[in-house]
Amino acid sequence: MPFAAPTLRLTAAQHAAIVAHCFDGYPDEACGLLGGPTGGAGEPTGEITSVFPCRNADVSARTYTVDSRDLIKAMRAAEADGGDLVAVWHSHTHTDAYPSDTDVRQAVEPGWVYAIVSLKHAEPVLRAYRIRDGEIAEVDVEII
Amino acid sequence: MAVEVKLPTLLRVHAEGQASVTADGATIGEVFQSLTKRFPGLGGNLVDADGNLHKFVNVYKDDDDIRYLDGLDTKVSDGDVVSILPAVAGG
Repeated sequence: MPFAAPTLRLTAAQHAAIVAHCFDGYPDEACGLLGGPTGGAGEPTGEITSVFPCRNADVSARTYTVDSRDLIKAMRAAEADGGDLVAVWHSHTHTDAYPSDTDVRQAVEPGWVYAIVSLKHAEPVLRAYRIRDGEIAEVDVEII
Repeated sequence: MAVEVKLPTLLRVHAEGQASVTADGATIGEVFQSLTKRFPGLGGNLVDADGNLHKFVNVYKDDDDIRYLDGLDTKVSDGDVVSILPAVAGG
C-alpha cells in the first residue's frame, strides 16, 4: 500500500526529543505536538519546525489527552513562527505503533499527521498516519 | 457584552462555515446559549446533556482555559476573545 501524503520529515534532534519525552512519561503514555508550515489548502507540508512536549492530562498508561494549557501555548507558538500545529505524537507503551480504536475515534483534526511511538520493543519505533473519517493511512517518516 | 468566538474547523459546519462569530452574554455560558439560538447545531458540541462543558472541547478566554477559571460561569467583557479547540486525545 503506498504511503499517504505528506512524508513526515524529522531532524535527528527532533526525533530524539520526541522519543525522550516518551521515555520520560513512561509507564504512562506521553504526548506532544509538532508545528510546521502548511501549504495552500492548509495541509501540512511534512516539514517540522518545532517540537512541543506536552503533559498527558489523563496521567494514564492507556489513554492521553494533551493538557489544554499546553495545547493553546503550542498553538500560539506555532502561529508566531508563521506556521500552525500540524501533528501530534503519543506513545504506546505496550502495543505497536499503530492507531488504536480510541485513536481513530478521537482523531478530530483531519489535516494533522498522527505519530505514534511504540516502546514495546527494545528500540522505540515511530510511525505516522493520517486519520480521516475513521480511515487510517500511513505516511512515510524520514529522519533528515 | 459582545465577544468574539473563534471556532475550530470541526465546528464551523454548524455555523455556516464561519471561523469566527460574535455573540452576546455576560458569562461564557450565556455566550454559548446565544450562539446556540443562532446555530442550533453548535449546542450539543459545546455543552453536554447535563449542562456541563463538553469533555471533548477546550474553551479559552483570552488564552486562559475556563476550566481553570469559573467554567461556564466565567465572566466575559466587551472585546474578549473566546477560543474553542477540540481536545487532542486518544489511547
